[in-house]
Amino acid sequence: MTELRNPQIEIRRFRVRLVVAGLFVLACFGVLLARFVFLQVIQYETYQAAAEENRISVLPVVPNRGLITDRNGVVLARNYSAYTLEITPSKVKDLEATINALSAFVEIQPRDRKRFKKLMDESKNFDSLPIRTRLTDEEVARFAANRWKFKGVDIKARLFRQYPLGELAANVVGYIARISPKDVEMLEEKGIEANYKGSEHIGKTGLEKTYEKELHGQTGFERVEVDAGGRAVRTLAREPSSSGNNLILSLDIRLQEIAEKALGDRKGAVVAIDPKTGDVLAFASRPGFDPNLFIDGIDQANWDLLNNDPDRPLLNRPLRGTYPPGSTFKPFMAIAALTTGKRTPYQSISDPGFFVYGNHRFRDDKVGGHGSVDMVKSISVSCDTYYYQLAVDMGIETISRSLAPWGFGSLTGIDLDGEAEGVLPSPAWKQKRFKKAAQQRWFPGETVSIGIGQGYNSYTPLQIAHATATLANNGVVMRPKLVKYIQNVRTGQRVPTDTTPVRTLPVTAEQLEVIHRGMQLVNLEGTAASVFRGAPYTSAGKTGTSQVIAMKQNEVYDEKKIAQRFRDHALYMGFAPKDEPRIAVAVIVENGGFGSRSAAPIARQLFDFHLLGKRPDSLPTPIKPAEPGEENEPELDRELVPELEKEAVR
Amino acid sequence: MKDKALQFWSLLTDSLDWWLLIIVSMLLTLGLVVLYSAAYDIQHRFNDQLRNIVVAFGVLWVTSKVPPQLLSRFAVPIYVIGVTLLIAVALFGIVKKGARRWVNVGLVIQPSEIMKIAMPLMLAWYFHQREMFLRFYDYAIALALLAVPVALIARQPDLGTAILVLGAGSYVIFFAGLSWKVMLALAVGTAASMPLVWGMLHDYQRERVLTLLDPASDPLGKGFHIIQSTIAVGSGGITGKGWLHGTQAHLEFIPERHTDFIFAVWSEEFGLAGNVLLLVLYLALIGRGLFIASGAPTLFARLLAGAITLILFTYAFVNMGMVSGILPVVGVPLPMLSYGGTALVTQFLGIGILMSISRHKKVV
Repeated sequence: MTELRNPQIEIRRFRVRLVVAGLFVLACFGVLLARFVFLQVIQYETYQAAAEENRISVLPVVPNRGLITDRNGVVLARNYSAYTLEITPSKVKDLEATINALSAFVEIQPRDRKRFKKLMDESKNFDSLPIRTRLTDEEVARFAANRWKFKGVDIKARLFRQYPLGELAANVVGYIARISPKDVEMLEEKGIEANYKGSEHIGKTGLEKTYEKELHGQTGFERVEVDAGGRAVRTLAREPSSSGNNLILSLDIRLQEIAEKALGDRKGAVVAIDPKTGDVLAFASRPGFDPNLFIDGIDQANWDLLNNDPDRPLLNRPLRGTYPPGSTFKPFMAIAALTTGKRTPYQSISDPGFFVYGNHRFRDDKVGGHGSVDMVKSISVSCDTYYYQLAVDMGIETISRSLAPWGFGSLTGIDLDGEAEGVLPSPAWKQKRFKKAAQQRWFPGETVSIGIGQGYNSYTPLQIAHATATLANNGVVMRPKLVKYIQNVRTGQRVPTDTTPVRTLPVTAEQLEVIHRGMQLVNLEGTAASVFRGAPYTSAGKTGTSQVIAMKQNEVYDEKKIAQRFRDHALYMGFAPKDEPRIAVAVIVENGGFGSRSAAPIARQLFDFHLLGKRPDSLPTPIKPAEPGEENEPELDRELVPELEKEAVR
Repeated sequence: MKDKALQFWSLLTDSLDWWLLIIVSMLLTLGLVVLYSAAYDIQHRFNDQLRNIVVAFGVLWVTSKVPPQLLSRFAVPIYVIGVTLLIAVALFGIVKKGARRWVNVGLVIQPSEIMKIAMPLMLAWYFHQREMFLRFYDYAIALALLAVPVALIARQPDLGTAILVLGAGSYVIFFAGLSWKVMLALAVGTAASMPLVWGMLHDYQRERVLTLLDPASDPLGKGFHIIQSTIAVGSGGITGKGWLHGTQAHLEFIPERHTDFIFAVWSEEFGLAGNVLLLVLYLALIGRGLFIASGAPTLFARLLAGAITLILFTYAFVNMGMVSGILPVVGVPLPMLSYGGTALVTQFLGIGILMSISRHKKVV
């Protein structure tokens, strides 16, 4: 039955099928062609008319962005309505000539031209782009009279963001800026790009970024009839937008101002927290920057200035700067010693002024030593030897295990994007941190300086303040938060943010009292006594000094001989009043030398203001809370410009 | 030195079929022109497509260097892998937009794309093996080889791709010489089973067919695509509205205007004249493909070249038919014009195979 086939016949048969296939293709394309002729020639008029009528366009109605105020209603970020002159490049034949002609009616700086060029490169062809923002009334009138000369140029009323206090709290509030292609990708990924139709700005840093979802609001839509040029002629229906929510911060801007002014020209960070609630009262970072620069695209000169500054004004120090805590670490070491049973409060050591481990001599600050030192005294005089010995007795594993619950080396969970984790050293951490096997091992000698907050220890000022607040709050851990209420603009209803404790640490009142007592003595007779002299409230604290460069054995630290940026950092942590704490702070002054000299006085100013309402002499006039009504959202008046934006058809 | 340059030049070009290259380049150019207009709001798409084209040309060049004999050795493995992946999709695929089409094998892929090439390869290989003693039941086996992946893809559901794969396989069987009588019987059988198929369709698929029959029944929903793209085509008239001046496209009335509906933008801006140009170019492409098939040395090469050519035709026909409202909406790109890397690479793979067959016609 097997029949061998003849290849020649097969090929001929195949070619016949090819011809059939070819004819089939021709027939199908013939059908298509007939369809095209039918649509494009015979029915052309019908479809042409349909396309002409097909001009109901849906325009987005951009929502008003929520305001940001401090806890007393002082406005930190607001909107205002202003006119912009906008060009749609795709509708303009000669852009250069148009801009030149426009400059006869409206002032156009070379800076404006440059920015416009940059915007064009970043935008879609059919976008309407601002050549000038914030026109004066006179300029609006002048252009309106000559508008007919300019096709593709329009005056638009837009809302602008403004940060009226400038640099103050800029690291907290952050800023918005124009939506970048990267932002678009992010929005698409989240599937919320539709809500950003028509929006031009998005939160880039700080709370503006973290709370973008709350602040932005819901975009509305307007069905409009458009003319042949795509310009809106008549509104057919409107689905209004709903404004973004307002943020009411836990920040007290007056306290923030005191903190920032107290740091002044020095680099550093100040964090103040209400220990009971976790409310962040002040969150200062110096040097700072003016967030208003970023809104419409920062110009190159300003950007270079900020970005290349060795003092790094754009670094949010309390959130992202990490520092060895120095002696401010000691109270936490002490409480860990008590909870793990490695020490009793009354166990004393005799301090010769140094500690020998192996063949290495670890120095104490005080030559000759502090004599007999128990736990309370170890805190008040900041005895290094006590903690060298303690660290060795506890061992690195116990240290890291018992300090982790205080939040060291982990995120505090503050409502601000980009928090740094810091480093709570442990053998496991070292194993992960280093690549080479020789460096991965934990050496027992490295444990010694961990006890005085040096070595690999590295924490953010926020972490130190957070741990201090926990210490003040009897071991109840509260999540630090900058936003106290989220307010619905329409109903005025304020919804408080979460205030439930994160966890409670297993410490007893007796154990805490030992630490608190030691810290109280610091401010009464110890290292910070001179700073807190005459304070009418009780307080507890600890000074600290953290080394920027390692000192050789037996080498004596001489501030004058060391370049400014290698000088020690000054730190202070503390809370007040001692028994019913209302404020806990961490202060760090970079290259500030001893903690008692540079950092503690800042804490004193904060305590004085928060507890007594007393302002430092250098700052006589407080920031005025907003007048009632002043903070109200300036509703963008769309009816204001119909004759400019639209050709009204009645 | 000059010799070296010449050698390099010939290494670069000796495997290329100039006719195909010119036609494809012209189509790509038209594609970029219309994409520039269609992607006015997402300009990076234009640059992305340039990158896609570069990648696709690389694939084409490599493929054109692979002799058909070597290619035939890959037929079975690729088919087996493809079917295995399709089964994997059915068992633990990733669901997106209500369809289970993707599977994660280190990276997320859509195995039905592989079948577009694997199917004709496999069947051409099979018939080639049986060349000397081809019998009736061989066609039955071929049909079975075809039916399994098609059923798996249709189940995902992805009717568009299922039809394309079915088409690809059917073309091979057709060229292999299935008798006219059987084909007629199959056609009648298919027509008769339509009510049955209708019952098995998903709701959205039925809706698409219904909207095709009467788009006005749902002008703001499913019919919107067809109505708007038909208006775009019709309002283009004889000469079109001009590049960048398509109102339907730029006022956002055309859905998917970068990808599956790019022909609507083309049609609106360049009119009947543009459409005829496009039809002529596709005809030239198909003609060249069929010519290559007719001169191919082995049964495998003949069947493969014929099938690939007709697949390209199917893409073009189905897409233009869908946009102009005579075929239901299925996700089929317009060859060389639609935005999208995967589709372009698949098409260029096909063109590369055609070139390889064209070049190796004398080697038996």
